[in-house]
Order: sequence, then structure tokens, then C-alpha cells
Amino acid sequence: MTISKRGFLALACAATLAAAPIHAFAADWQPRKPIDFVIMAGPGGGADQIARFIQSVAEKKGLTRRPLVPNNKGGGSGAEALIHLTTVNDPDHTILVTLNSFFTTPIRQENLGIDIMTFTPVAMMGVDPFVLWIHKDSGITTVDQFIETVKSMNGEYVMGGTGSGQEDSIVIAYMSEAFGLNVKYIPYDGGGAVAKDLAGKQIMATVNNPAEAKGFYEAGDFVPLLAFSDERMEAYPDVPTIRELGHDFSYYNQRAVVGAPGMSDEAAAYYQDLFTQIYESEEWQGYLASESLSPLWMNAEEQTAYWAKQVETHRKLLAALGG
Amino acid sequence: MDVLHLLSDGMLLALQPLNLLLILIGVSVGLFIGAMPGLGSVNGVAILLPITFLVPPTGAIIFLAAIYYGAMYGGAISSITLGIPGASTAVATTFDGRPLARQGRASLALVTAALASFVGGTIANVLFTLFAPLLAGVALSFGPPEIFALMLLAFATFVGLGGDDIPKTIFSICFGLVIGAIGFDQISGAPRLVLFDMSEFLKGIGFLVLAIGVYGIGEMLWTIEQTRGEVETTNPKMTMRGMAADAKEATKRGWKGSMIGSFLGFFVGVLPAAGATPGSLMAYGVAKMVSRKPEEYGRGTPDGVAAPEAANNAASTGSMLPMLTLGIPGSPTTAILLGGMVIWGLVPGPRLFAEETEFVWGLIGSFYVSNFAALLINLAFIPLFIWMLRMPFTILAPVIFVLSIVGGYAATRSMFDLWLMIAFGIGAFFLRRFDYPLAPAVLAIVLGPIAEPTLRQSLLLSSGDPSIFFTRPIAGPITIVALILIFLPALKLLRRIGARKPAA
Repeated sequence: MTISKRGFLALACAATLAAAPIHAFAADWQPRKPIDFVIMAGPGGGADQIARFIQSVAEKKGLTRRPLVPNNKGGGSGAEALIHLTTVNDPDHTILVTLNSFFTTPIRQENLGIDIMTFTPVAMMGVDPFVLWIHKDSGITTVDQFIETVKSMNGEYVMGGTGSGQEDSIVIAYMSEAFGLNVKYIPYDGGGAVAKDLAGKQIMATVNNPAEAKGFYEAGDFVPLLAFSDERMEAYPDVPTIRELGHDFSYYNQRAVVGAPGMSDEAAAYYQDLFTQIYESEEWQGYLASESLSPLWMNAEEQTAYWAKQVETHRKLLAALGG
Repeated sequence: MDVLHLLSDGMLLALQPLNLLLILIGVSVGLFIGAMPGLGSVNGVAILLPITFLVPPTGAIIFLAAIYYGAMYGGAISSITLGIPGASTAVATTFDGRPLARQGRASLALVTAALASFVGGTIANVLFTLFAPLLAGVALSFGPPEIFALMLLAFATFVGLGGDDIPKTIFSICFGLVIGAIGFDQISGAPRLVLFDMSEFLKGIGFLVLAIGVYGIGEMLWTIEQTRGEVETTNPKMTMRGMAADAKEATKRGWKGSMIGSFLGFFVGVLPAAGATPGSLMAYGVAKMVSRKPEEYGRGTPDGVAAPEAANNAASTGSMLPMLTLGIPGSPTTAILLGGMVIWGLVPGPRLFAEETEFVWGLIGSFYVSNFAALLINLAFIPLFIWMLRMPFTILAPVIFVLSIVGGYAATRSMFDLWLMIAFGIGAFFLRRFDYPLAPAVLAIVLGPIAEPTLRQSLLLSSGDPSIFFTRPIAGPITIVALILIFLPALKLLRRIGARKPAA
């Protein structure tokens, strides 16, 4: 079986090369095999970009003995990923990059029996604001024009977003309620697909995170109209916040890394240390700035407390918006 | 700045000693990763990403693209020699590659696969070079209704074929659609078809689990049952002359499939929703449909090897296009490449083509060089693969079984999936025993999860009005062609009855 031997050899060489520049930090526990780096969304979206960026930083700096292997499990508004983490037989080698569907999906689908408080806190890498985007060809430049256009179309105005009953639909539903709008909402499997279909004018507006729309914004195709952040964003100083328009609302997507339930304390300490190093790296700090993320560093206990609070907030939001 | 000038600059960059070395290593590594059941280009690119930080960005992406290319060539090897798809992109290659190997024509199949891959890669590269910005626009004009229409067309090519038993084909497609629907519903987020309330079904059925089960284990059982271990292993000695004769025959009997595969594969690759696996399956279906002898498909025709092999290479070039021009990955592998680009300090997206000319054209130049290198390396190894086939089947069968199990586990790391794989293998054996075609089921499992959400998104767009598939300028013609193809067999039947009446 010459092929397989050679194949294995090639892989073995690759693995050795991958392991060569090990960063020396004193931790008792070390990964013994590639780390399953699960992403709660499809390729190309905000969570995916962040996961791949983190992976790249870890690889570049040689921070892990075994590689982080990104694994997109975007199905069922992230339920696929949550189920994967709760059923995995090796929790020490399984971590998850989360969105807010980490909070909303278990609330919306109680029959799954997922209790996020059993997950292992690792790191809060930042929070990602939401912005209302339209295509430049629509000719709309202000929120007022947008509201007027949507109203004149009698429910035929089409917006797209990631999944249903999660971040994008919460933001869109709140905005529609606040301005008295009636829009048609099309769920997609990730922010990349949403951005592509706005660029192709298949849909008319989105509430993508800045990172997802940045390429098209810089090329001049997308126009930002409204920010759902607490304050005006540095990258878009002329874009008003919804708060300025008199609606007490802000919404961010959490960009956190969590471990599988049942992860050993040693492994959890290893990942917390690893992601602290990544968080403090020049690359990640640069990414936060260029992609308009806000820092929100927390330690493990603070994260657990934050989760409990977010679950409550989302329970109320979902109840208010009818699911 | 004219394209040829940019391209020649790019090729010169790709031919620099370091980059050329990276291409040769990348292609060889990719070839073997692709040939290993269970490991595909995704794994290869992910595992080797760290090495790329040792070289400049252009070298890095050239290296990864070379792996991607090599894996597309390599996938065919185990599909043909062992009947186990080396990667999901090479599943369609087993349809005719394996029968050819069983007839003692493995060398013909391997040579056809190599040449078709080369043709597919080359045609896609030329299309990429000339039309990249234009095609990016085409990719954007494909919204949910257009993608659904395209999926419908793909199904139609499998239904509207002469030769196969149509009711059984439809049964097979429906079976595949049901399997593909297991897991979560993307639109509502609700779980469905969770068989026996086992939480393992929530994540859906992995395509590779099914492919290895059906083609690796199922094929092995089938061969045992058919031949009782008396498989003819006589293969002509591989000589240069023998290979030249094979190349001649491959060109003669596989050019049509190569052409169809190249163009279709490239185009499907360009669409961000699809990728190389659907591309290769669709190419197989179309090649069979337009063939004058469709009954030869599935029994071992070079066209049936050439079409999917040309398509998966063409699609791998095609899927680079939305990544480079729009910053949107067209396949899981390009998603990883995209991650690499971010850390190399490049911003993928609409402006990359204009601002990083050297990087983009160096990469495009490397496509041409990688493609050529992969062809030579692949051809050089063919005698080795043939030699392996001379093993008696009594030894080969357990090897296939072990490789299927190891490959399946490597890909999923789940014991549940292994049992499922064995169940699929046994199930596939019985379906074959009763003459149910398996290829349509496999197609349905790949395309169903793309077709279903796009169908529902389209109907949401139109508030439930199905005319959206007919009135849009791109979706309309595709839908109509698909429907004609689906109903063609019925029309033929009516005509035959009509023709018979006067005679009676």
C-alpha cells in the first residue's frame, strides 16, 4: 500500500512542521490532537472571519502545539454547533466561536435541552456592532429616505439576514417596530451570503456587521445608514445611531470563544491562557480597530455572569418581538 | 494594462525558484492528500496553512492553491483503483472509473482522469484570466431563484435520461432528498427527521460518510457477491507505449466529457453557493444526457471519468473567482484560503484585483504552472497505482474495508458516523441488487441542501408565487429547459404510443 504510506508520511511531515515553532508557555495541559474549532455560522460571515483570523494568528505565532481546525456548523441558527459541542466525546479538544445565537437558539428551541451555563467560558474577544446597509444604486442616502421608501412599498421591501429569530432578525424587527415599517425578511445561512446578495441587488438592505460589509463599502457599493451601537462609530462618523433618533436601543454581537461542556479545568486554563495571548496580540488589537469591533474583555466568572444576563435580555427581546 | 502582459508577469513570478519549488511540493502533497479516502483539499490546506507563514504572501497562496489543485487530481486515484472516493469532489469519478478498473482498464481511467483534469484546469484558467471581473458580475446576478433553477436543471439531467429505469431514478432522488433533509431546517431553524430521537441525527448526514459507505463498502460487497473473489486482476504491464495508447484512446473517447466538465464545472465553481462537488456531479449528468450512448455510462466509459474530473479542477479555479473579486468563498477550501489572506495582510474583496496586482496575477500564473506540474507528477505515478491493483482481490477487499473505516473516522471523528457508514454500505448493496441507480441519490444529497433553502428563499421573495422562477431573465430560461428535460421521457412515450396507433 504505497499510496497510503506515502500519504501518511506526507501528513506526518506536515504535522511535524506545524508543531515545530512551539511557543513556550508553562501550562501542564497541552492539546494532543488537532483542536476542533467550531464556528456557529457558515463560511464568509463575521464569526467565520473572526475564527479564521484567530486561527491564523495562532498559527503565525506558533501558539498551539496542534492546529486549530475551523469547522463550520451553521445549521439551525447555530443549533448544529451547540449540539455538536454537547455531544462531542472529547470536550478538551473542542471549542466554539459564538454569536448571539449562543443565547437565542437554546431559548427558541427548548426541546434541544441545551443549557449554555454548562459550557466552559474561555474568552470574550470583543463585541460587534450592527449597521443598516443599502446598495448605492438605490439612491437612498439618509434614514428618512429609507423609511419613506420602505413605507411606500407596502411590505414588498426585502431585507436579508443570517437565520431567523437570531441577531439580524432581532435588529430588523426592533427597527421595523420603532419606525413602523413592514419588511419582508429572507433568512440566509451566513453574513457572507447576505452581503453577496445585497451586492447583487437580490435583496434591498441588510443589518450586517461592519466586517461583513467592509469590502463592498470600501468599493463604494454599500452605503451605511444607521448604526445600532451606543455611540457613533469611528469608522463611520457620519452615520447616526438609532439612539440619536430617539429609540433607546443598542445591539451587539458577542465574539466569544467557549469550550465544550465537561472540559477539564486544565484544558480550560490552557485555552484561557491561549486566547489571552491572542487577545493581547498586535494582530487582534489591529483587527478590533479595523473591523470596528468594541473591546469587552472579561475573565471566566464575569463571562458566566454576562451569559446569565444576556439570556434574560434575549428572553425578553424575543418575547417582545413575538419570537 | 493588458491582460497578457499581466499574465506573463504573473507566470514569471510563479516560475521563480522558490515559488516553483512550492508548487512542486504543494502539488505532490495535494495529490496524496486527495488520494487518501476521507482527506480532501480542505484538510490539506488547513493542516499546511501554518507553513505558509515562512514565505511571502504570494508564495503562500501559490503553495495552498497548488495543494488544492493536486488534491483535485489525487481524488480520482482511489476512486478509480479502489472504488472509494478519495474526496467528496471525486465521488462522480467512481461511477465510471471503477467499472473501467474492474474491466482491467484502470490505466485508461487514470490517464483519462489526468488528462481531463488538465484540460479542465487549463480551460478554467483561460476563462478566469480573460473574464474574471465580468464573471464576478454574473455570480452576483445569481440570487436564490437562479440557483434553485440551476439545481432543478441538475436534477433534470438525472431524470430525463434514456436507459435508466425512470421510476427507480425518481425513487432514488427522493430517497436522497430525504436523507439530505435530516438535521436542521435553515429557514426556520427547527430540527426535523431526527430518527429514533437520536441526537446524532440532528447534525445531519455527512456527505463523506454516505459516499464512503455507498462507494467504498457497498462497492466492495457488490464485487464480492458478483465474483465470489474471482476478480480478474490481469493488467497489462505499464509501458510508455501502453500509456501513450491510453492517452490516445482517452483523448478520443473522453474529449466530449472533458469539454462539458470544463465549462460547466468552472461556471458552477464561480457561483458562491456551490463548489467542486456539485460541479462534478452536474457535469456527469449533463455529459450522460448529451451522449449518444447514455447506456454506456455507469458501465465504464472514459467520458464518464473525464466529465467529473475536468469539472472538479475547473470548479476549483472557478471558486477562486468570487474569493478574489468579492471576498466571498465559493467552497470550504477557499474559505480557508481567505482566512490566510487576512493574516498575510491582504483585504479580500472588490478592490483586491485593482490594488494587489502582483499577488493576484502571481496566483493566476501559478494556476497554469500548478496545473502542468500536477499533470506530469500524476502521470509519473500511474504505473505505481496500477501495480497496486495487481494484488488479488482477496487481499484488496479487506484493504478497501480498512481504508474506508479509517478514512471515514478521520473525516468525522465519530463512531456513530462509522456505524452509519456501514449501514449505508449494506443498504447500497441491496439497492444495487434490485437495480436502483445510486448516483441520483448521491446527487440529491449534495444538491438537496442547496436547492431547498433557495426554493424557500425565492418563494419568500415572491410571497409564495412560483412564477418568480419563470419571469426572471436568468432563472426563467434555466427553469424552462429543466422542466422540458424532466418531461421529455413522458413526451417520448406519448409519441411512441402515437406512432404505434396507425400501425395497429
